[in-house]
Amino acid sequence: MLVQIDQELCCGAGSCVRTAPEVFDQRDEDGLVLVIDEKPPAHLHDAVREAADICPAAAILLDEQDA
Amino acid sequence: MTTSARTDSGSADRADALAFPAPKSAKCPFDPPPAVDRARAAHPVVRATLWDGTSAWLITEHEHVRQVLGDKRFSAEGTRDGFPYLVAGVRELVRTMKPTFFRQDDPEHARLRRMLTADFMVKRVEAMRPEIQQLTDELLDRMIENGPEADLVADFALPLPSVVICLLLGVPYEDHRFFQERAAALFSLQATAEEVRRSQQELLTYLAGIAERKQREPDGSIISRLVAQGELDFDEIASTGRLLLVAGHETTANMIALSALVLMRNPDQLARLRAEPALVKGAVEELLRYLTIVHNGIPRVAAEDVAVGGVTVRAGEGVLCLVNTANRDERVFPGGDTLDLGRDANRHVAFGFGVHQCLGQPLARAELQIALETLFRRLPGLRPAIPFEDVPFRHDQAIYGLGALPVTW
Ligand code: HEM
Repeated sequence: MLVQIDQELCCGAGSCVRTAPEVFDQRDEDGLVLVIDEKPPAHLHDAVREAADICPAAAILLDEQDA
Repeated sequence: MTTSARTDSGSADRADALAFPAPKSAKCPFDPPPAVDRARAAHPVVRATLWDGTSAWLITEHEHVRQVLGDKRFSAEGTRDGFPYLVAGVRELVRTMKPTFFRQDDPEHARLRRMLTADFMVKRVEAMRPEIQQLTDELLDRMIENGPEADLVADFALPLPSVVICLLLGVPYEDHRFFQERAAALFSLQATAEEVRRSQQELLTYLAGIAERKQREPDGSIISRLVAQGELDFDEIASTGRLLLVAGHETTANMIALSALVLMRNPDQLARLRAEPALVKGAVEELLRYLTIVHNGIPRVAAEDVAVGGVTVRAGEGVLCLVNTANRDERVFPGGDTLDLGRDANRHVAFGFGVHQCLGQPLARAELQIALETLFRRLPGLRPAIPFEDVPFRHDQAIYGLGALPVTW
């Protein structure tokens, strides 16, 4: 799984940081989201999928094919 | 015919439209109004008539609420024709005053919101936890000292988020009576246009005064930083400050009070929370879902024709996204009319959805988690001091809640 974020879309609500803190963080300057683990281990995939689902701005891009 | 929605082939049937807001049931004051439940059972997109005779579509299902709030073709610009208002005074206000980003679309909305996202981001709020804990304990110390009776709203639920937002903004808490009264007028569905206008104006003048003071005496507060950055003028800083001040205390205060009440009414759930303090995070999500205090819908207006749930919403027509019924959607939350603190409620839309989703949600969560855990830990015998039938629910407010909650322990 490859995790990316579209910062143009991100509204900094922080849902992903709450749902998968091992994978997402927020930038100190403006609170926009950073991916800290682009290729998270398998046990985090469900949490990442949930984060992408509840992202209010649809800013999380998942590539499930990426190995 | 019970369906009140216009399908693609038909036209809106005004005679059939539901009068909105509809009254809640006195027996189940935590549930959406029975008339709304009946209408959504017939069709998920409901034609409604508002107080001023205008119409709006009620969007009642989880999927459609997310679709509409996530779609840029639905505008949050309160100045557009067709934008649904539930209060005359607030509708007048948008004609005369510059809106905040709350009622603007991107890119202007994003530009202004991004000046504040870091202040409310998860790790910043996490760092505030010890301070929020201390404020919570101080309020409870005072309650216990003056006990064993208190008004949980005035003595606990309201002051906690008010003090916190004051500290963040750099507004003196001593002035709380002044701004709480004016905030209440802005949220009242009964307030006259003149009351709303005067409350708004007085709050703006007050906050512009604070901005001027920060220019002379800068500190670490949000208002002080906005002044120092120099990107916004004093009027814009005042209106941003007004938004945060009002949004930052009424909402959380009502959630604390309603949560305390519903937990006292569900002793088995409360016992579970007490036995397992780690449950508090999930419990707060479930309480946000179950109580959904933004109970009259999130307003938008269609900028183009858009199909939603088998209905074509025409350009210029208003919609109200009913997050309270979306949060009871059986397909997403099975058995959703029951409070279940062990449920995974993470997909609730109590904070909205789309780019306007609540900016203050990490703060609201931390306040709720700390307030509820500490309240029931320190006052294990907490119970209402009046019969449930006498609890004053705030039906006539944009934000649902309690006017008072007399308790004893
Ligand atoms: C439990 C408490 C709260 C609830 C249920 C709540 C709910 C909401 C909802 C539903 C929206 C979306 C409105 C829309 O889309 O038109 C919103 C927006 C907003 N909330 Fe909250 N809120 C809460 C607490 C707070 C707090 C503590 C703050 C602190 C400052 C805050 C600040 C804001 C702001 C600034 C917006 C506008 C965001 C935007 O338009 O981009 N809220 N809130």
